[in-house]
Amino acid sequence: MGMTITEKILAAHAGEEFVEPGELIEARVDLLLGNDITAPIAIKEFKELGINTVFDNEKIALIPDHFTPNKDIKSAEQVKMLRDFAHKFSITHFYDVGRVGVEHALLPELGLVRPGMCIIGADSHTCTYGAFGAFSTGVGSTDMAAAMATGKAWFKVPESIKFIVHGTLQPYVSAKDIILHIIGDVGVDGALYRSMEFVGDTIAELSMEGRMTMANMAIEAGAKNGIFAPDGKTVEYIKSRTNLPYTLYYSDDNAHYAEVREYDATTIEPTVAFPHLPENTKPAREAHIPIDQVVIGSCTNGRIEDLRIAAKILKGHKVHKHVRLLIIPATQEVYKKALQEGLIDIFIEAEAAVSLPTCGPCLGGHMGILAEGERCVATTNRNFVGRMGHPKSEVYLAGPAVAAASAISGKIVHPDELH
Amino acid sequence: MKAHGRAWKFGNDINTDEIIPARYLNTSDPGELALHCMEDADPDFMKKAKAGDIIVAGKNFGCGSSREHAPISIKAAKISCVIAHSFARIFYRNSINIGLPIIESEEASVDIEQGDEIAVDFDSGIIKNITKNKEYAAKPFPPFMQDIIVKGGLMAKIKAEIAQ
Repeated sequence: MGMTITEKILAAHAGEEFVEPGELIEARVDLLLGNDITAPIAIKEFKELGINTVFDNEKIALIPDHFTPNKDIKSAEQVKMLRDFAHKFSITHFYDVGRVGVEHALLPELGLVRPGMCIIGADSHTCTYGAFGAFSTGVGSTDMAAAMATGKAWFKVPESIKFIVHGTLQPYVSAKDIILHIIGDVGVDGALYRSMEFVGDTIAELSMEGRMTMANMAIEAGAKNGIFAPDGKTVEYIKSRTNLPYTLYYSDDNAHYAEVREYDATTIEPTVAFPHLPENTKPAREAHIPIDQVVIGSCTNGRIEDLRIAAKILKGHKVHKHVRLLIIPATQEVYKKALQEGLIDIFIEAEAAVSLPTCGPCLGGHMGILAEGERCVATTNRNFVGRMGHPKSEVYLAGPAVAAASAISGKIVHPDELH
Repeated sequence: MKAHGRAWKFGNDINTDEIIPARYLNTSDPGELALHCMEDADPDFMKKAKAGDIIVAGKNFGCGSSREHAPISIKAAKISCVIAHSFARIFYRNSINIGLPIIESEEASVDIEQGDEIAVDFDSGIIKNITKNKEYAAKPFPPFMQDIIVKGGLMAKIKAEIAQ
């Protein structure tokens, strides 16, 4: 029997010729990361081991992106733990405010994510890097602490589900709509413990940004990882970012899949996930819910392609007088590109607020918290109870086109309803 | 290892934002996190729950973020065990790694009612409903995870390995 791309990467990192679903393995990790919320616990646990060196100071990334710039004294103390630890253990990849961006947008830009790698991160959206043909999954702080010491992590080899998407996308439909559509179909535990492998001609047409958006939300279906076979676009992206080596893995034709699901992309509409689960999806055209705030940003949709989509819709319009539109470029590089391309001008002319890179409101941290009863359309990844503020506020998940159009309209709309 | 207490019932897809909202994540102090355990699922949970009590939930308990603060807050709130139909994978992993007793049983998840007196024997995997005088069998942990649990969590296991 053949192996899937996920099985091959895990086998290679466990030093095995062959692995199969259900097998428990110990694998070498090529990169591990933590942020200002998860790394402090990992650092405390690492210190308790009483060892004076990390397994590899170039394979650990400490990214203070959640509550930064420090929102209060306690957050400042947490970030300081990362800074002091990075200094003490000569951690190469520590990025402070001014250099930092939302972790899962930043690390690919820095060339730290490459095909064939095995990556763990103390952040559930670490699954984003599957876009590059890497095995990448979210873990907790204790796993991070253990891997900082040993360079290894334990895994149960997951079963894989193949998602085949074919056909041309309709206008205003992007990668976010595809993944929301899929989560709406399989549910928030539809891929629990499993690997989601995305294939098909629609997927091949997606940019690396689009693939990152889809892989990012694999966790919202409960998956261990989301993964895309590398292709010419992957290699081009990687070569523009790093000279470091990489390995391309592909699923065998006779690899085993627990399930195969097919989707016709031509029928996917601009989609919105209603409160309070990402699986509660509906076409944006049927939503028409009045809103108070719109957030465009995050590790899901805060990249340059997303800002371009938003700018195209916002150009020449004003944000509805009852709506606050927050636009958060995910990294300094995205911010700079948006400035150079004139997108920031368009946003400010439209009376949107443009923020520096931060996870900020996505997890109800700061920079856009909701009051009781308020509703927000967000290009982020979770719409759980209280996710962006008051437990009685509501988050509606959408792609950048629906978010921008809704900001203008004052209610959730399909972008073509603006005309 | 055993747990014994009253059941607090929750539904499907209880996520880590409900277990410990992000507005409290500017600390990792277990005592502080415990004060807000389950707050957005049941704002009065910490006023009602007693040491030793048991959380009984449906499918996909602990879905969402990787925050270890979620199992830490439950453990620090002195909840003796979480029984669920199924657990989200990162929460499952984190609970094993930090030594929060969790156990999967669809039957127990469905049949146990709010306030039932429950006793769990982790060695045998038997969940006893004393109120209803019933027993449910739980899905046992694979030996690899048993080993982490017996050694007192992942860090304790690694400490022992480093010492060798």
